[in-house]
Amino acid sequence: MTTRYTEDHEYIRVEGTTGTVGITNYAQDQLGDIVFVELPTPGKKLKKGDEAAVVESVKAASEIYAPVSGTITEVNLALQAEPGLINTAPDAGGWIYKIALDDTSELDSLLDDAAYAKHTA
Amino acid sequence: MSETQDELLKTVALNGEHVTLGGRMVPFSGYSLPVQYPTGIIAEHKWTREHAGLFDVSHMGPSFLLLNEKSGDPQRDHEAVAALVEPLVTGDIRGLQPGQVRYTLLLNHEGGTRDDLMIARPADPAWGGTLYVIVNAGTKELDWAHIAAATSGRATLNRSDDCGLLALQGPDAVAVLSAIVPEVAGLGFMTYRSFKWNGTTLVISRSGYTGEDGFEILVPPESAPALWNAILADARVKPIGLGARDSLRLEAGLPLYGHDLDDTVSPIEAGLNFAVSKRRREAADFPGAQRILSELSGNLGRIRVGLFVEGAPAREGATIVDEHGTGIGRVTSGGFAPSLSRAIALGFVDPRHAAPGTKLQVAVRDRLQPAEVTTLPFVPHRYVRKAAS
Repeated sequence: MTTRYTEDHEYIRVEGTTGTVGITNYAQDQLGDIVFVELPTPGKKLKKGDEAAVVESVKAASEIYAPVSGTITEVNLALQAEPGLINTAPDAGGWIYKIALDDTSELDSLLDDAAYAKHTA
Repeated sequence: MSETQDELLKTVALNGEHVTLGGRMVPFSGYSLPVQYPTGIIAEHKWTREHAGLFDVSHMGPSFLLLNEKSGDPQRDHEAVAALVEPLVTGDIRGLQPGQVRYTLLLNHEGGTRDDLMIARPADPAWGGTLYVIVNAGTKELDWAHIAAATSGRATLNRSDDCGLLALQGPDAVAVLSAIVPEVAGLGFMTYRSFKWNGTTLVISRSGYTGEDGFEILVPPESAPALWNAILADARVKPIGLGARDSLRLEAGLPLYGHDLDDTVSPIEAGLNFAVSKRRREAADFPGAQRILSELSGNLGRIRVGLFVEGAPAREGATIVDEHGTGIGRVTSGGFAPSLSRAIALGFVDPRHAAPGTKLQVAVRDRLQPAEVTTLPFVPHRYVRKAAS
């Protein structure tokens, strides 16, 4: 299992050719209380960098981009009733969607743990 | 204002307190101010509704307008200073009782709103001929220049925005502040007077911007940290940032200047008819009177409404459409209401679509979501109508 990050603070946790995407703890802290999540539709094909979801805090809406190209396989419906899961457990119960990767080599362009830690330092 | 963009952000007297408390400092109206503290906007919002929240609103524009040549008769001097200000605003300033605070509107010649503000008459007869005038942060330089020009030679405007201005809001506010300044329990809603505290003078009004009972306190800058910390020492009080200030006022249906009010919006369009005092309507002696009186008689092109929004919050700028998909207005403030756990918005629509219960839609990210016109406020006001005495 590998976790990679974008400079826009999405994470993708990859097992085989499927990735689980959410926003990092740093991102949820910056956004503050999340009050609404707009989820993508399973089956939707995305290119790396496409808008995949929207998370809304009390103050503002923020787009969540696809860290890699692929097809949405599952979305976290629990967020519809409890969007605050993104605040309380961003990398566990607060995941947003799962994506079947088109090309695992796209992961090479993302940040690893050390690089992301440096990015948010 | 463009000239402030090149300036460094100003800091408030309580900057050190905000940083110590972990406030997330953001630029706002030229000042560095806390948008939230570590507990977050929703917790701060709910705490204010349930207990008491302490806000630093020192960026705002408190000022005093003093008649230059006083007769010494407090009533005559009040009438003289009121006569200087009334041509600029919609309110009955002459009719203010000693100690009374009034919400009013500063208008341009077209009847658009330059600012919404508070004007108050001192309770102490020794201050006859003075008005306490509190304007918005973003408009204060323009407002003060406008008022000073209109009253030039006859009155002097003293800005007090170097002072601290604190707001203590919520059902526990009166108990908390009474423990520090016992006499404040006797203040009625929308009245003010001066109090002594620790050898300094506090100017305290029973007013606010949350829909709750509470107080706004003007304090000299050197005493502001001590007062802030004395209030915060009470376990019923938590510090509240600008984020919750906005969500609280939105639930209370109160307009925010620069968003729900601007220099094109008239008081009638904004639904602030109460701020156009009866005597002033009869005299038709305020700026834009012709337009405003015509709007009052029913010739109204748009009106401010409250909307319950289903789904994602509709933010400022979102188009409001009728059930057929025709655009009929625009959201001017919108967000999530923590006390209601749903999205709410203020916006302007064609008056034919303004009746509570009217089904409308709002465009959010190019998709239409259901919305319904509702009465304001979204959350009932809990002002104290009579002094506890």
